[in-house]
Amino acid sequence: MEYETPRFLDCGEAALSVEFGDSVDPAINGRVLALDERLRASAPAGLRETTPTYRALFLRYEPLEISRDALKAAIEGLLRPGEQAPASRPAVRWTIPCCYDAEFAEDIGEAAGLLGRSAQSLAQLHASADYRAYMYGFAPGWCYLGGLSDALAIPRRTSPRGLTPRGATLIGGALSLIAANPMPTGWYVIGRTPERMFALDRDPPFLIAPGDAVRFEPIDPETFRMLDARALAGETVARRETLE
Amino acid sequence: MSARLLVDAAGPGVTIQDQGRFGLSRYGVTPAGPMDVGAYLAATRAASADSAIEVSLGGAAFRAEGATLCVAIAGGDFDIRLDGRILPAACLFPLAPEARLILRAGASGAWCYVAIGGTLDLAPILGSRATHGRSGLGPKPLAAGDALPLAEAAPPPLEPLALTAPWLASSDAPLRLLLGPQDDYFAPQEIEAFLNVRWRIGARSDRMAYRLEGPAIRHLRGHDIVSDGVAMGAIQIPGDGAPLALMADRQPTGGYPKIATVIGADLARLAQLRPGQDLSFCAVDWSEAVAARRDYFAAIEAGPKREPLSAEVTTESLLAENLVGGVVNAKD
Repeated sequence: MEYETPRFLDCGEAALSVEFGDSVDPAINGRVLALDERLRASAPAGLRETTPTYRALFLRYEPLEISRDALKAAIEGLLRPGEQAPASRPAVRWTIPCCYDAEFAEDIGEAAGLLGRSAQSLAQLHASADYRAYMYGFAPGWCYLGGLSDALAIPRRTSPRGLTPRGATLIGGALSLIAANPMPTGWYVIGRTPERMFALDRDPPFLIAPGDAVRFEPIDPETFRMLDARALAGETVARRETLE
Repeated sequence: MSARLLVDAAGPGVTIQDQGRFGLSRYGVTPAGPMDVGAYLAATRAASADSAIEVSLGGAAFRAEGATLCVAIAGGDFDIRLDGRILPAACLFPLAPEARLILRAGASGAWCYVAIGGTLDLAPILGSRATHGRSGLGPKPLAAGDALPLAEAAPPPLEPLALTAPWLASSDAPLRLLLGPQDDYFAPQEIEAFLNVRWRIGARSDRMAYRLEGPAIRHLRGHDIVSDGVAMGAIQIPGDGAPLALMADRQPTGGYPKIATVIGADLARLAQLRPGQDLSFCAVDWSEAVAARRDYFAAIEAGPKREPLSAEVTTESLLAENLVGGVVNAKD
């Protein structure tokens, strides 16, 4: 649910959370990203960094340079009540190649079993949805996606599984996720992309921006290996298109 | 030969830290950086260094090669020996080639910073030389046999000096915190209990989080929130009710309610607590937190006092000092 007016929550004396709602929702996330964009365009002195998340903008600031009240006033001046948040409509869409073959989707059989469907129908449902990149979190390049089919909502594991493969595509709760570097996780690995979600030697190191639209394109193991080699050589194998 | 610092020994969790990797939290990048910023700044400013080695309770040993290096140390009350000679826990000295510098956990404190004057010849990763072990960003944790080349070495002092920095003093006073951002997930009596309990730092504490052992804190309305940003010092209450104070290597976002956040001026005191040590909290308001922050950083800005070591620094004189320290740290 979107709040009528945003809440300002202290996270210590040097950080503030501006919270627009209490759910994962494109309109709420749109308000977060719109404020983020405006603050980045004209940052008040003393504001150090902004971190957009699903429903709140996290602001790190130096209170010896700007008081909380002055920061709040600056933010309130940037919020236009009742407006249609422009950033809730994605400006960019990424098509991410993803291999759902069991060789690359270590947990797809387990997840399909828990959901009472075949691995093939799980892959089909996952690849046919339109996703929104809400935020990054957990580790560099771990990009959280909303838009997962309700039929694929799955409780997270009670204890984490081992390291994910690089580029793992996962599901957990009502969300999907593209992972970068290997990490332990409570989610299920249902595919893998050859794209590098995070590459230190690439400019920019991160491809997808919060707010972007994301689709998956199923690929077979042979195509995975071919694209993986090209990605390793520095090529971007995901496709980017600008939306009207 | 170009100047290098050789690592003769390093316990677990000895890493290179600078102020941190900022500006990329929106992509899931944790800033990392020092656990104790005040001690880090004392050491790096005294030595004119752009980064420091953060030494954990496991200790470490170093040697210089190719030049006499300018070294400053500050942090917890570590046992520091230069060729067997005991140095004060905060000090600035020349490290001559082949002299042995050995740091061991001392009377109190969990971290200490060894700053080498000049610039380490280490390429920054995403703008920083800080190690973030969990994501693999930055240099690997240091191990015996490593060598750190210097691109540029600062001139060493002529003789060892003691650094006096009041902000490094340990104290038993409750750690001050600001309630929130999710204190409304807890009933007033749970917040009261949280503030009135003496907590103990759990054994499984590290640069990512300190576990607080004590009674379970119950949530008023569930333990899941929609994930949001996390500040250093945030105290998160997961499903089992056992608080976690999130430290320098924390995840950039989290999905458990955060009952309170330790204020900036007291983060170093929290960081320097060891597993098994007790602590308590008291709530302050934003203005008090900012006033404390102003005093803390003003003292750091003024810098540590440098005083010559009396030639006869002996085990006895240090023991006498430790006796005084021992009263302050009676619970160690």
